[in-house]
Amino acid sequence: MQHYTMNLTLKVWRQKNAGDNGHFETYPVKDISSEMSFLEMIDVLNEQLIKDGKEPIAFDHDCREGICGMCSMYINGRPHGPWQQNTTCQLHMRAYQDGDTIVVEPWRANAFPVIKDLMVDRSAFDRIIQAGGYISVNTGNAVDANATPIEKDKADEAFAAAACIGCGACVAACKNSSAMLFVGAKVSHLALLPQGSPERKNRALNMVTQMDKEGFGACTNTGACEAVCPKGISIENIARLNREYMMAGLTEDK
Amino acid sequence: MKWSELFTSSVGKKWIMGLTGIFLILFLVVHVGLNACIFAMDGGVMFNKAAHFMGSNAVPRILEIGLFAGILLHMIQGWSLEMSNRAARKKGYAVAMGSKGSKWYSRSMGLLGTLLFLFLVMHISHFWVPSRITGLDPVRIEGKEYHNLYGEMLQVFQGNLAVVILYVLGCLALAWHLLHGFQSAFRTLGLTNGRYILLVESAGVLFSVLIPLAFALMPVSMYMGWIK
Amino acid sequence: MLDSKIPSGSLDQKWTSYKGHCKLVNPANKRKLEVIVVGTGLAGASAAASLGELGYQVKAFCFQDSPRRAHSIAAQGGINAAKNYQNDGDSVYRLFYDTIKGGDYRAREANVHRLAEVSVNIIDQCVAQGVPFAREYGGLLNNRSFGGTQVKRTFYAAGQTGQQLLIGAYQALERQVALGKVTMHTRHEMLDVVVIDGKARGIICRNLVTGELERHFGHAVLLCTGGYGNVFYLSTNAMGSNVTAAWKAHKKGAYFANPCFTQIHPTCIPVSGDHQSKLTLMSESLRNDGRIWVPAKTGDKRPANDIPEEERDYFLERRYPAFGNLVPRDVASRAAKERCDAGFGVGTTGQAVYLDFKYNLINKYGKAEANKQGIQHPDTDTLMRLGKEVVKEEYGNLFDMYEKITGENPYEVPMRIYPAVHYTMGGLWVDYELMTSVKGLYALGEANFSDHGANRLGASALMQGLADGYFVIPYTVGNYLADEIATKPIPTDHPAFIEAEQQAADRINRLISINGTKTVESFHKRLGKIMWEECGMARSEKGLTKAIEEIRQLKKEFWSDVKIPGSINEMNPELDKAGRVADFIELGELMCIDALDRNESCGGHFREESQTNEGEALRNDQQYAYVAAWAYQSENNWQLNKESLSFEVAKPSQRSYK
Repeated sequence: MQHYTMNLTLKVWRQKNAGDNGHFETYPVKDISSEMSFLEMIDVLNEQLIKDGKEPIAFDHDCREGICGMCSMYINGRPHGPWQQNTTCQLHMRAYQDGDTIVVEPWRANAFPVIKDLMVDRSAFDRIIQAGGYISVNTGNAVDANATPIEKDKADEAFAAAACIGCGACVAACKNSSAMLFVGAKVSHLALLPQGSPERKNRALNMVTQMDKEGFGACTNTGACEAVCPKGISIENIARLNREYMMAGLTEDK
Repeated sequence: MKWSELFTSSVGKKWIMGLTGIFLILFLVVHVGLNACIFAMDGGVMFNKAAHFMGSNAVPRILEIGLFAGILLHMIQGWSLEMSNRAARKKGYAVAMGSKGSKWYSRSMGLLGTLLFLFLVMHISHFWVPSRITGLDPVRIEGKEYHNLYGEMLQVFQGNLAVVILYVLGCLALAWHLLHGFQSAFRTLGLTNGRYILLVESAGVLFSVLIPLAFALMPVSMYMGWIK
Repeated sequence: MLDSKIPSGSLDQKWTSYKGHCKLVNPANKRKLEVIVVGTGLAGASAAASLGELGYQVKAFCFQDSPRRAHSIAAQGGINAAKNYQNDGDSVYRLFYDTIKGGDYRAREANVHRLAEVSVNIIDQCVAQGVPFAREYGGLLNNRSFGGTQVKRTFYAAGQTGQQLLIGAYQALERQVALGKVTMHTRHEMLDVVVIDGKARGIICRNLVTGELERHFGHAVLLCTGGYGNVFYLSTNAMGSNVTAAWKAHKKGAYFANPCFTQIHPTCIPVSGDHQSKLTLMSESLRNDGRIWVPAKTGDKRPANDIPEEERDYFLERRYPAFGNLVPRDVASRAAKERCDAGFGVGTTGQAVYLDFKYNLINKYGKAEANKQGIQHPDTDTLMRLGKEVVKEEYGNLFDMYEKITGENPYEVPMRIYPAVHYTMGGLWVDYELMTSVKGLYALGEANFSDHGANRLGASALMQGLADGYFVIPYTVGNYLADEIATKPIPTDHPAFIEAEQQAADRINRLISINGTKTVESFHKRLGKIMWEECGMARSEKGLTKAIEEIRQLKKEFWSDVKIPGSINEMNPELDKAGRVADFIELGELMCIDALDRNESCGGHFREESQTNEGEALRNDQQYAYVAAWAYQSENNWQLNKESLSFEVAKPSQRSYK
């Protein structure tokens, strides 16, 4: 792999706090190695800003391994940047060439208000989980783990849905700011497993109700969510959610 | 959960869109089948008879009410969804995502739907209004009197390039609307899974190409004089 | 005096007997008792959820934007449990024994045995929560093997086991939030413990969004704040992982135990340059199927695939034939370092060895799959293709991650790997009940020191975090709170709260008013360099003495020349980081002092003065069979308390994996 260095122009959204209107600032960044990650490039810029007596860019990040779901940049018109099935922290600078201009924005959705610069508040996702994204089993109640065999394909499918990292890229990419991929993934994960079946109906109904309450839009199946999902969560999970929801609504006994 | 809540939630609204969508897709099959009678090359005999049946028999007349209700529901619901979906992101992006992940027509269902609505206004005023309300010239077939809907078609399309172009454009809008709408309706109703999705998607593409093509051929054929 | 409160009785009866005799709190009283849980990783989330289920009023805190982000999520390979589903001779005793031996006889027997006992319940609990562990075609759970053991006892979910377990615990936690039993405070950082009359009664924390300081009361305080590997700057920890909560507790009287016990993980992606902000682990489970080698002659610059079999040195298989590539982490790391130091390293820096999957892709998976599909006499390409499909299912995400970071395809060319700081076995000293030396203050998970001795075995961190949270703390905290039912909630205008908040505020003010010339990051990098060079994989008296001096110097410089932009009453990540780095600097000093004191080699702690002729770690049980629990006295001054370790069941022997 050939490594190189590059100079770039960065246009970054700056917003002091939730109440501020916000604006773009343009920064030149120099001598960026193609081996750096995107966030390391921002680190370099931030060190420079601090030395120049300016405020560094605030952004969410933590594990930098693509699994915690904290990083959340909308880069040149795509959540998490140009690579497929990737998070911002795993995007590396070899994706860019010398002289490129990169525009960085926060996730945009009413349900994800900006806290500062590129940081947004995704607590709406936690509240959706609180509405039913769990199996009600108290510690100590469990039977032996092998008491219920689970078809391997089902278990694998549940795992694929459970791989969601809750980053919110699906919402950021969706023209409707819909959270259906996130909710669909969780409903699917639990509906596919026998352990999740007793609460299946209420889970689907309550999670969708909460999702609507948070101000996310409705799904129009454009597929943008699936295209940007860092974990490749399938849009089929949305179809399953639609099915689970309506079957629950139509067969409720009250 | 109350019935009203069920169908006014985001998923419920989409179900209504999907159900009415599939109903309208079925209607298109009937519509294109009937209209294809003009290709019988019999001077419109078969077509006028078929049109007469649809206009006089009670069953299609009752279904017609359902059709208008379906179109209306699809339009109103679609419009309200479009508005609330747009409102879910008050502050937009400086760099649009564009087609990095979705097709333009998937994102433009509101626009395509609006165009189809405008087309429908024209289409209804061309044919449905005269046939049901203002009246059409009679034609005698096998000693019996029928509305000459076929004649009306010839009158509308022959020599009227502008109208024919509008109809072709309407069919294009329909094609793109269906290209997304067909498979989307199945997804919304939860009628897909890994096994059937390819089937649904292929059927959708085929349907979205063939049906509008068949419709578009009608005004074109009359304008070009392929059928008289 | 250190009282570890180990119950009497035979080792395998201690926990049963404890559970049978500990004090209980009745449901009505539980509702009146408040428990603070700081940190919401596996230990914190499981503890908060379980205590909420029991009926306590729980307040949970995390610095991330959601409890689901805690760094437990990044654990890859798996979680151990003595289920013996594979019928390969596993048992509670074996898991206990492997853990004690793997920890090089520096862990407390009673705690480790309890850990092995409850390991089986963890798997049951997680499956009931919907954790989608890997399964066999028959629908039953699958296992893989990990380093330092000869059985297959590791449960896993591809290379994302930590994620799946944390999501399980997180969902249990959110359920309690919905039920009103847990109040969740995200984007909050704990800055001090409030101690009243010798008991922990609350915390001071900072709302990271507004910058405001807050006071919270609790009848007991649980610290589940993870490890301190980021003291090395470069580690596999998340960027936000820090020691601040544990360190503040330490300064309020909690002893810090075995701080120098650090795990250097053998299989991480090597450093690529000065810009590096963190290191990425490639799961130990890869050593199941990857073979580690270097070229047999120094300075061999040929591409890996061009080096013929006979010119490769599979040094782990050569040195440790019994365990081969699956020796414990400390052993594998040192062996890799030895080869690189001797000039056999690969890659541009020479600081890497190969982890090669080709052999097993073809011979293990490829052949098995060809057999299954009835392909007769398959060629190598077919075997590779079939093997790849299987490996993709097992570790696909790890291979993808490697490719994203390095731009190389590990299915085609061997991975380049090098050891990196991964886990800290040391932590707050706790007794059998997980209580620190401050009454009512507990430490769970990686934040405590108790179960892994001088080296942790792979797939045991997840086990310990969940054991502490789900199955230990619900009993032990009850035993303490049973005597607190008469204690009314203490109003947070109590002088102790006011004083603690004032101290926290003063420190923040001091930090921001320095207004020097150097960034927080630059200090952190310098600290990391000192720690890695002198307190990393090899340590010596000379180096450690020098390091202590350098760290003290660095501390002075930090407090006179650090530059923190922005202000206090706003979201200010640089200010947060400054507070954390300031604590890391103090901790770094203590780690070096501890490493200097322990003039023996054990587990991850390798003193150059104490090694066998073959260069293996040489333990000194006569002098050092103790837990070093350091009490903070004043700046640069700690007092050493020793908890001597007695091994009644697992008799110490020279660890051998040959």
